[in-house]
Amino acid sequence: MLTSSLPHRAGAGFKPEHFADILAAPQPIGFFEVHAENYMGAGGPPHAQLGRLREDYALSIHGVGLSIGSMQPLDDDHLARLKVLCDRYQPESFSEHLAWSTHDSVFLNDLLPLPYTEETLARVVEHVDQVQTALGRQMLLENPATYLLFAESTIEETAFLAEVVQRTGCGLLLDVNNVFVAATNHNLDPQAYIARFPLEAVREIHLSGHSESVDDLGAPLLIDSHDTPVKDPVWTLYQTVLSRIGPVASLIEWDNDVPVWPVLRAEAISAQRLLDAAARKRAA
Amino acid sequence: MSASLQSAFAAGLFGTTSAPAGLVAWNTPTPERRYGVYRNNVTASLTNALASRFPAAENIVGPDFFRAMARAFIEAHPPSSPVLLAYGDNLPDFVATFAPAQELAYLPDVMRLEIARGRAYHAADAPPLAPATLAAIDPARLGALVFTPHPALSILSSPYPVVTIWAMNAGERPIAQIDAWQGEHALVARPHLTVEVTPLSPGSTVFFHRLAAGARLAIAAENAMSGHADFNLSENLVVLLRSGAFTAINRDNADEDPNHA
Repeated sequence: MLTSSLPHRAGAGFKPEHFADILAAPQPIGFFEVHAENYMGAGGPPHAQLGRLREDYALSIHGVGLSIGSMQPLDDDHLARLKVLCDRYQPESFSEHLAWSTHDSVFLNDLLPLPYTEETLARVVEHVDQVQTALGRQMLLENPATYLLFAESTIEETAFLAEVVQRTGCGLLLDVNNVFVAATNHNLDPQAYIARFPLEAVREIHLSGHSESVDDLGAPLLIDSHDTPVKDPVWTLYQTVLSRIGPVASLIEWDNDVPVWPVLRAEAISAQRLLDAAARKRAA
Repeated sequence: MSASLQSAFAAGLFGTTSAPAGLVAWNTPTPERRYGVYRNNVTASLTNALASRFPAAENIVGPDFFRAMARAFIEAHPPSSPVLLAYGDNLPDFVATFAPAQELAYLPDVMRLEIARGRAYHAADAPPLAPATLAAIDPARLGALVFTPHPALSILSSPYPVVTIWAMNAGERPIAQIDAWQGEHALVARPHLTVEVTPLSPGSTVFFHRLAAGARLAIAAENAMSGHADFNLSENLVVLLRSGAFTAINRDNADEDPNHA
């Protein structure tokens, strides 16, 4: 089974509007990441661009539609499409979310939360096994940004993820913004979440921006909006993670109100500086 | 998660009912606004997906009208696939029956043109027919040729000036009064990586429709000329080559060889 092999460098989410700027000069970017579902057409500019990008950069394919947390079976057709895509581009990594997005035959186009119980654990393990077998590669599972909890949950999210890793051999994609968003939304300490997270399984980190709102009672409610620069507390949390595990592939995600390429690139350079500092500390 | 809880969670996302039982937050057993974040995400993200497929239509009706129309469509026809590239293929049919849009009778056909462009954008890659390939054919045998359509090819006809309306609302030409309010036809193709819309005369439309359906060149030209005296075959062969509408030619020798499959 192929394992995740992204370089331990900063990467950027690829947006087609940046293609010409990216190609114009070598970029200080370790890898690009794309959403799998945007490359499931037969041909045309999306594949021409991705193929060209692939010649110069490492690639992460990030799925947003597999619905691994669904209680119903995975969509075999969608899994087959992912296999075609991975076979074609041979990405250094394939990742998906601890979430669900399809119910009955309706695709809800959002990463929806699930309770953490023995029942959901067994189902997620079964689905991760199925994905890894179908793709012939290790997948990374991403921790979610959540806005609410389930009364029936009996397992902590960090323990749930550790158990999925233990039973399937998958790796983890640690979204540090999601940690900060979810911890704030659930009135928990994000540093404590990181302390309990199975960091040894982390093969990639996500960094992004969020927006601020309030709930019915006026308590802070952060939204995982991917439409701003990375916020200071998220950078701080990121440095904690790097101090624990050293440099690891780190992606800047910016999916809404996408800025011009130099702005996104500058965010990636900021992450690279922290990666370099972490590497120096390791060496010292 | 019981399947029934997941069903209740999913069912409430398109409605305005209370959050399903079993959801909690640290500070409340009834996290309505928190559940509302998911509800908003679903509709907003699907609306954005539709807006990105129909930018000219959104420009025509304005973002507020488009969002309201999209919301009604999403509730009636949520997507059935995680690949959203084709989501909204039936939006023009919905808009045709959407009461607030009745005054814009041309809107569904403008949207069909946007769909054709989107399909062309994502269609399989194939090299267009090279002029040299056609030039190498003995003129006496041209009439028996059949053409293989490019995967990106669509031919559209509308009783409204949809090509002009689309071009004005896609930033392809300045918005101006349309003096000749009449039906228009278009050939949509993607010879290489750029989608192109070529306006067609009624005779040319018949010609390309027949060729795309597999008719021999002589038959397609004969059908085009019948009723369209202005149809000019050599001009249309130039359009055929320039547009990248076809990828290959074959000789239809069915007449000469009765056993030909």
